[in-house]
Amino acid sequence: MIWLDTLVQGILLGGLYALFAAGLSLVFGIMRLVNLAHGDLIVFAAFLILVTVNLLGLNPFLSALLAAPLMFATGWALQRLVLNRVLGKDILPPLLITFGLSVALQNGMLEVFSADSQRIRAGALESASVDLGPVTVGTLPLLTFGSAVLAIFLLNRLFYSTALGRAFRATSDDPVTASLMGINPRGVFAIATGLAMVIVTLAALYLGMRANFDPSIGPARLIYAFEAVIIGGLGSLWGTLAGGAIIGIAQTVGAQINPEWQILAGHIAFLVVLLIRPRGLFPRAVD
Amino acid sequence: MQPNPDTPLLETRGLTAAYGQFKALFGIDLHIHPGECVAIIGANGAGKTTLMRAITGVLRNDPGMVLHRSTPIGALSPDQVMQRGIAMVPEGRKLFPSLSVEENLLIGGQVRRGSGHWSLDAIYRLFPILRERRHSPGTALSGGQQQMVAIGRALMSNPELLLCDEISLGLAPVVIRDIYAALPAIRDTGAAVVLVEQDIARALSVADRIYCLMEGRVTLTAPSAEVTRAAIHAAYFGEAA
Repeated sequence: MIWLDTLVQGILLGGLYALFAAGLSLVFGIMRLVNLAHGDLIVFAAFLILVTVNLLGLNPFLSALLAAPLMFATGWALQRLVLNRVLGKDILPPLLITFGLSVALQNGMLEVFSADSQRIRAGALESASVDLGPVTVGTLPLLTFGSAVLAIFLLNRLFYSTALGRAFRATSDDPVTASLMGINPRGVFAIATGLAMVIVTLAALYLGMRANFDPSIGPARLIYAFEAVIIGGLGSLWGTLAGGAIIGIAQTVGAQINPEWQILAGHIAFLVVLLIRPRGLFPRAVD
Repeated sequence: MQPNPDTPLLETRGLTAAYGQFKALFGIDLHIHPGECVAIIGANGAGKTTLMRAITGVLRNDPGMVLHRSTPIGALSPDQVMQRGIAMVPEGRKLFPSLSVEENLLIGGQVRRGSGHWSLDAIYRLFPILRERRHSPGTALSGGQQQMVAIGRALMSNPELLLCDEISLGLAPVVIRDIYAALPAIRDTGAAVVLVEQDIARALSVADRIYCLMEGRVTLTAPSAEVTRAAIHAAYFGEAA
């Protein structure tokens, strides 16, 4: 029974990793841009939610609802003013820019919020649980996983059954021909990054309620997000959810065997998948 | 102000274009009137595709080098040019591989002008085979069918000017005939058409006027009915040839 419990906890934890990863996957899928500041942007959004909770006395979910449009605007402006200028055949300039942004964000947050660990208080929700027969799961992890599934479902709907999604896919295929069809690729990229930041806000909400965070933890979240995207296969959002679940399961199983193994087990699972399926489980992108 | 009927729909004035140090166009002057069908012929490397890239804004120019109804558009981006009613069927078809046939058509109609003639239904009437293949990935079709999708995709915006770059390239003669059979229906909507074509006989038979390009310059322009083989030969290969 302990193993079933471990498995379920792992899958639910995977929901959080999938939320970390979905925004990264979206941006990479559309413009082949790897945003190395993704983890720090999650932490930044968590601080934004924390500030609104503390200043306005709002419930964390309402605060996230307020933070989401702000983060959308942040992503939109980041793409318009900075990243669009460095996108091109050479993949190095965007990597350098986002690496620099990551360092700047970490230090900026350190200056403003100090190195103290923070947490978004969620009241009774933090300890609430649901009895599912053989296993009992926390309400918060269950909500996290449900939000991840819903977010990925909605993103897929957006991608495959709306005009915006069509423009996303066309621009991803061939930006020059897309522009001949009346689409402004730079505008499409800005909307995509804005959308990624909305998912980042959702990830930040659950990250901040689940555990302590401080300005330095972004890069580690980026690693989990990367691993989830790569395991799932580039360009597949459901694959990203599966990738998150695999890392989550590996971590909880590792922790069950020996608490020191938790993080290591996740990375080993990632390497094993890479050995067996170098292109991930559900690859969509050709290159 | 009433539009002057003599104002060209599209005009280039001293249009130049270069790829880095390599100059591809040396001052092209041409004009296309509303509803006209103009063919642009020339050997490989004469600058035909570069000319299309310059008109559509893929290559940026001085504003005054390209005029749409006397408005300078030479410095606009491709999406802005397209929104003015100038649609492109690019060389090599360039369908979006992630999109189905129908989605490829719909993306062309994402920017629509007025309540024009073209709709999914009208495209499917023009090319009935596409209705059967509407849910296939665009790139799963034969070359000729892909060309039909590329033409339909450009028409979906209800353009005033349709630019077709080498629509017969790499296709079997019978398929080319099918595709050219759609031309009268397209012209009936009042759209002007520019055909970039290597097949001179084909170009002369469908176009009102031709321009011949050689090494980035216009070497001949004449109504199709008046042009002689010798004149084309000279314009195509140079006087010495």
